[in-house]
Amino acid sequence: MLYFTQQLINGLTLGAVYGLIAIGYSMVYGIIGMINFAHGDIFMIGAFHALIVFLILGYLGITWVPLALLIVLLVAVVLTAAYGWSVERVAYRPLRGAPRLAPLISAIGMSIFLQNFVQLTQGARGKPLHSVIPGGITLAEQGGFSVKLSWMQLIIWATTIVLVLGFTWLIRSTALGRAQRACQQDMKMASLVGIDVDRTISTTFVIGASLAAVAGLMVTLYYGVIDFYIGFVAGIKAFTAAVLGGIGSLPGAMLGGMLIGLIEAFWSGYFSIEYKDVAAFGILVLVLIFRPTGLLGRPEVEKV
Amino acid sequence: MAATGTTVGAGAPALSLVPEQVWRRALAAGVATFLLTVVIVGFETVSGTGQLALRAHPGAVAFAVIAATLGAAAMGYLQLGNTAVPTVLALLAAGLLGLPLLTGGRDSPFVWLLPFDAMALNWGALAVPAIVLLRVMVIRLGLTGERSVANVAGGVVQRALPWLAGVLAVIALVLPFLPFVDRRIVDIFTLVITYVMLGWGLNIVVGLAGLLDLGYVAFYAVGAYSYALLSVTYGLSFWECLPIAGALAAMTGIILGFPVLRLRGDYLAIVTLGFGEMIRIILINWYWFTGGPNGINDVGRPSFFGLPFDRNPPEGTDSFHTFFGLEFSSYHRVVFLYYLILVFALITNWFTLRMRRLPLGRAWEALREDETACRAIGINPTNTKLTAFAIGAMFAGFAGSFFAARQGFVSPESFVFIESAVILAIVVLGGLGSQTGVVLAALVLIGLPEFFRELKDYRMLAFGLGMVMIMVWRPGGLLARREPTLRLGKGSAAEP
Amino acid sequence: MSEPLLRVEHLTMRFGGLVAVDDVSFTAETGRITSIIGPNGAGKTTVFNCLTGFYKPTVGRLSLTGAHGRFLLEQLDGFRIAQRARVARTFQNIRLFAGMSVLENLIVAQHNKLMRASGYSVPALVGLGGYAAAERDAVEIARGWLERIDLVHRADDLAGSLPYGDQRRLEIARAMCTDPVLLCLDEPAAGLNARESIELNELLMWIRATHGIGILLIEHDMSVVMGISDRIIVLDYGRRIAEGTPAEIRANPDVIRAYLGEEEDEELPPEVAADLAREGRL
Repeated sequence: MLYFTQQLINGLTLGAVYGLIAIGYSMVYGIIGMINFAHGDIFMIGAFHALIVFLILGYLGITWVPLALLIVLLVAVVLTAAYGWSVERVAYRPLRGAPRLAPLISAIGMSIFLQNFVQLTQGARGKPLHSVIPGGITLAEQGGFSVKLSWMQLIIWATTIVLVLGFTWLIRSTALGRAQRACQQDMKMASLVGIDVDRTISTTFVIGASLAAVAGLMVTLYYGVIDFYIGFVAGIKAFTAAVLGGIGSLPGAMLGGMLIGLIEAFWSGYFSIEYKDVAAFGILVLVLIFRPTGLLGRPEVEKV
Repeated sequence: MAATGTTVGAGAPALSLVPEQVWRRALAAGVATFLLTVVIVGFETVSGTGQLALRAHPGAVAFAVIAATLGAAAMGYLQLGNTAVPTVLALLAAGLLGLPLLTGGRDSPFVWLLPFDAMALNWGALAVPAIVLLRVMVIRLGLTGERSVANVAGGVVQRALPWLAGVLAVIALVLPFLPFVDRRIVDIFTLVITYVMLGWGLNIVVGLAGLLDLGYVAFYAVGAYSYALLSVTYGLSFWECLPIAGALAAMTGIILGFPVLRLRGDYLAIVTLGFGEMIRIILINWYWFTGGPNGINDVGRPSFFGLPFDRNPPEGTDSFHTFFGLEFSSYHRVVFLYYLILVFALITNWFTLRMRRLPLGRAWEALREDETACRAIGINPTNTKLTAFAIGAMFAGFAGSFFAARQGFVSPESFVFIESAVILAIVVLGGLGSQTGVVLAALVLIGLPEFFRELKDYRMLAFGLGMVMIMVWRPGGLLARREPTLRLGKGSAAEP
Repeated sequence: MSEPLLRVEHLTMRFGGLVAVDDVSFTAETGRITSIIGPNGAGKTTVFNCLTGFYKPTVGRLSLTGAHGRFLLEQLDGFRIAQRARVARTFQNIRLFAGMSVLENLIVAQHNKLMRASGYSVPALVGLGGYAAAERDAVEIARGWLERIDLVHRADDLAGSLPYGDQRRLEIARAMCTDPVLLCLDEPAAGLNARESIELNELLMWIRATHGIGILLIEHDMSVVMGISDRIIVLDYGRRIAEGTPAEIRANPDVIRAYLGEEEDEELPPEVAADLAREGRL
């Protein structure tokens, strides 16, 4: 039971990270109907920004953790958002109205480029970071096994909840959210009624990248080691989460992320850690075959 | 942080002189580049003892910002129809970069002009003025719009294609006997042709049937492991294993394809990627069967119709050199492997060209064009896709067997996602559906980095960038013009 | 009395809470043009999509009876309806193989026949069997259609590069190349100018006269519907509100009410009458 609780805690933490990345996939897919394959690498870039800014702050002598965290968060979000914006501007915007697979191939190219860009500038080796927020609380103890909830995990949960509530409100109640939903329905119509479609799409990428940057920061602090390749697998799992939850739906992305996180944690905990990625991919395949609209997605009626 | 000053400096005092459209664009490009590079390029994390250290590269950031600002300004001028300023700027930049590069590179007295430590990057930086000058020429020659240039160039290449294909085929046939060709070159071309074959195989799936398969390397792996396991466990020869490996790969294609081929294009892409990764993870973890991460060693080498390439064949048997009365040379095997893969690749090519003229091949292309319309005229979409998927997989399986036989060992690390991406890049860059395009793309993407080792670090970077640029420039691929598979003869003459 | 070519009984199609087609029954005969008309959103295209297997009807029996057998369309997979039951269709928004040549479009339409001739590819791949002859025949059939729709000179051009009206006719020719017993046309006159509409009329009447097949037609253009239909079925809000000859439909008060209730003025009865008057003179 204790072991179960510990896996639950770990799974929810992992799920929060996947969920934040999944929102980016889901929003972009919802609005322009493409898989932003480079989104996982945007997350990786966010993680690197967080790491490097932490190190810079260390050099500058800013070691008070709350202040350092705030600065890192701001810088990483702004700079990663610039990546999200640029990727859309350079690789996707010229391809609006192109054959369906063209933007996806462009996105794969972008993903390869970003990975190798970071590998070239930062090296291929894993980058360790000392623990910034150590410690936590022990929830229960029995026979030498204890259930721990680290401060870091609490911070991840709290941040995720705040962000998800905030963005749900943003989509539901603001002009931006309305514009996004309008573009989702019919881009041509939206532009006819005076919505700046280009700007709406750019904003969507910026928001997605910002959330991925937060996820990157969390992963950097939580695991304490990152490399240029982390975006690939995390990206696929987050995409699985987005599909599982129902692509285009923000709460769905979060729910999907949580489920994938939990499945991965329990699979690693009870079956085999080697095959945890196979489990995630297996779920992706099963969901796409049996319920391609996901848990919270609306069914799509084929128009002929 | 000096770079911020550069950006503002380029924008602010020049406001009155420079048209608004131009400086706005330049400023935006400069600021964006600064934001993109300031941390990732500006600070390199260096793994020291225990703790990470940072190394600052302000010069690289400053250079990137200046290059982006000036480049965007030049493009802005071009949009206004002003070609003089961009020409001057581009020539100046090319001069500043070219001077140290041409006067000895690293040993040049002007080495301080170079922004990067790596010479390949400095040469690469020349691309910025080169693109500007190219645009100037396009405008000066009245070829307004890249489309028309692309079409003109595309037309020329298209007309040269049959001729080019012939020349390439002749070179490929006589290559090992050309005077300047040594073992290393034959080896490189064996590798290139392996990728040509994989490209042609994937072209059936992606180029003809329009199914984006991101896990193609999985079938390559199935072929390689099939041969390796059959050869090591049962001692079967290469030629006995080859059909089995092809059949197993095709069967894997059918088993994986059947449930997922009804999915929409982009979902299919992600699922095939997932399958590719699953097969790799299984290969790594299924120790007793696949040897885990170490793979399988001592895989049998192919023989020449039963004649091995051993120096000392067992008593009473012949080997290649004794049978033909030749001096033993390890080069024999290299040349044999070269011709083996060449024949495999040509068979793949022949097969594809032939299939395109048969109903099944036309149905593949029709499916790529419009699946709904296909159903309405009675084409079974699932079966038709499955045949493309399985046949593509089969050729990957053959190539995989060859790969295992040539290497003598197999291990999971040869079958990572990036291999699938490379094969896809070959197909896409060559022009979806174009057979000669695949050869050219494989020569550039696989051949060039092999010959110029210095480029190898930047190969994948250029790959990614190339995929994006080709898609943006010509979403159909470089040689995307398609010839009809049959024509209505002029007048009343029937089909020849 | 023999069984009609197509018998639709109690066809109902629901999407969630929305009833797009509600208990519709009708028949279509060989050698006749049967039209389905009705205001926008009346469920016309949904009926077609059920007939051609794109939707599985919620309730209903769709039976097709020809010399080649009897088929229950609601039980067949989409592509088998074209392949076995030999029901062909065109689409409201044209769906040609735009990247293939005009001729190739017509050859692909003869896929199933050519697949058999090629021995499912393997013998033909190595040049065995009579595939070459079968392909020559297929090209001749295609040439016949190209002559009929006046596109011989564009045969080797991309289908997507044709003008709109030509694409419409090519799509009909492609459907005919599948050798159907029932041809379903979804608004074939949409976007055509007056001259092209008349050409379309002639083409459809020619097909009816020479090919001995049934034609099912959804159309807004009353000059087409009233001019060539043998029978008209009127749908409104998913229900069948009238059925009869063009003259009967023109006089039916329910039909007039259904059309007058609509906001769009393009389908007002006066125009129907005007079109009819013109048809009479033609």
